[in-house]
Amino acid sequence: MENRYRNDFPKLHQEGYVYLDSAATSLKPQSVIDAVTHYNQHLSANVHRGVYFESYEATRLYEESRQIIAEFIGSQIEEIVYTRGATGALNFVATAYGLPTLQEGDEIIVSELEHHSQLLPWQAVCAKTKAKLIYLPLNAQGRITVDGFKQVLSSKTKIVALTYVSNVFGFLTPVEEIIKLAHQVNAVVVLDAAQAIQHVTIDVKKLDVDFLAFSGHKMLGPTGIGVLYGKKQLLSRLEPIEYGGDMNDAVGKYTSEWKDIPHRFEAGTMPIAEVIGLGEAVKYLKHVGLDQIEHDTTRLYRYTVQQLKKIDGIQIYNEFSDAGIIAFNLIGVHPHDAASFYAEQQVCLRAGHHCAQLVIQWLGIEACLRASMYFYNTFHDCDQFIKTTKEAVSFFKSVGF
Amino acid sequence: MSQLENLYREVIMEHYKNPRNKGLVNDPSYTTIHIKNPSCGDDITVQSKLVGNYIDDCRQDGHGCSICCSSASVLTETMIGKTKEQAQLIATNYLKMVKNQPFDETIDLEEASVYTGIRQFPARVKCASIAWMAFLDTLKKEE
Ligand SMILES: Cc1ncc(COP(=O)(O)O)c(C=O)c1O
Repeated sequence: MENRYRNDFPKLHQEGYVYLDSAATSLKPQSVIDAVTHYNQHLSANVHRGVYFESYEATRLYEESRQIIAEFIGSQIEEIVYTRGATGALNFVATAYGLPTLQEGDEIIVSELEHHSQLLPWQAVCAKTKAKLIYLPLNAQGRITVDGFKQVLSSKTKIVALTYVSNVFGFLTPVEEIIKLAHQVNAVVVLDAAQAIQHVTIDVKKLDVDFLAFSGHKMLGPTGIGVLYGKKQLLSRLEPIEYGGDMNDAVGKYTSEWKDIPHRFEAGTMPIAEVIGLGEAVKYLKHVGLDQIEHDTTRLYRYTVQQLKKIDGIQIYNEFSDAGIIAFNLIGVHPHDAASFYAEQQVCLRAGHHCAQLVIQWLGIEACLRASMYFYNTFHDCDQFIKTTKEAVSFFKSVGF
Repeated sequence: MSQLENLYREVIMEHYKNPRNKGLVNDPSYTTIHIKNPSCGDDITVQSKLVGNYIDDCRQDGHGCSICCSSASVLTETMIGKTKEQAQLIATNYLKMVKNQPFDETIDLEEASVYTGIRQFPARVKCASIAWMAFLDTLKKEE
């Protein structure tokens, strides 16, 4: 069956290329590439400064992207802060919100599913403030559950910092319920949506989430750009963590005043082309529709897992992923050995701990393989993956593994 | 035969299955270096013991992929009995070879020469290198 989106992705024109690493970074459609190029080729002017056409136009596109992103997640425009990526956004929340508000004895709830970017900033904040990290118990499958959350929630909980979708298991966190419960004890909820934004329709107002972070490059956009959503009343209270050009209103010899949110947090020249590219990426996601994306991705995922389960010598760690991610190993074969076999066949997947060492420890393994699919993949890709897996199993057996 | 098959067929599998000089000793006359490859979880410790100017013993332990573990095993066999200068020369030359840099082909790398195949797999160069880097560090630490 033809995939009607495939042609939009130039990287997929490469003969025999099977890309199953979209959880690491998604491919970029032509429209995004063109938007980035348009800025570099035809505008190449700084924003919020010049009065000539190119600068005006660059500024318009830069702010239009903010509007597009805000509409996409149901926020107000000024609640969208551009960052370097999910990592930048989560570090910002930890530093600008966590550091000045936390005190000794306060608790931050996290989970073993966290990507290092939602874990290490909080560890660092805890070391400075003497606040404590509290791990909610995962269920037997490795999911975050409301029950597990309730077991650790208390009046000491000040921040809940959780992943929306796990980047190793692809499990969806029951965020609605968790946010409600967290707010009953006045805790602030910070969601890492790096693996959610490209799969799940997110409405930040309905969710009532306090902070939400995601990266452009996992949602068809460029690298080097990400977003922090923050509730207006929270963002307005925060001090900038970077100072410099463009973020100030009035500069004096000894003190200065900052612009309003969100520009207060965007010091210096931002990645303008990438911002514009991200706006275009959101347009593309809307054009396909997240429901369609989910439908197509799930179909591919289910098919692939069913086929994979039939192969002897495979261990799957997450049979019921919500986001097209398969975490698995060839039994007795180190994932790095296996990944080289796939690489020889141009089947691109990832091996390692996926920047989530605590999940890998939770599984009690050294590392694993991860195949992740997206709507631009085809059943043919899945078949190639299955075929290569079968060949890999017999190859490693034949050489003595 | 694929390049991968070439690589695995030879010495690598043999050493992976039957690692030599595995297990560390708790002896102050050994110098110990531990190296981790955080991207894939390879984790190797190498010990060397110099008596006079000779490598009297070399030991290794850890876990990781077949390239990483086998190259640690091959390292120990290669190094025991060499002078310090020979050992350094072999190790630096080996590291250049796996990185696909110009190296002195007149130096006998013994069994380690099979890792020349790693050059086809640039993403695995680190796996083949870490035990050998750890070994060089043990010599440096002794100085
Ligand atoms: C769940 C999750 N959070 C955060 C990140 C970090 O994203 P970035 O590296 O784009 O900042 C990733 C990406 O690897 C991720 O999968």
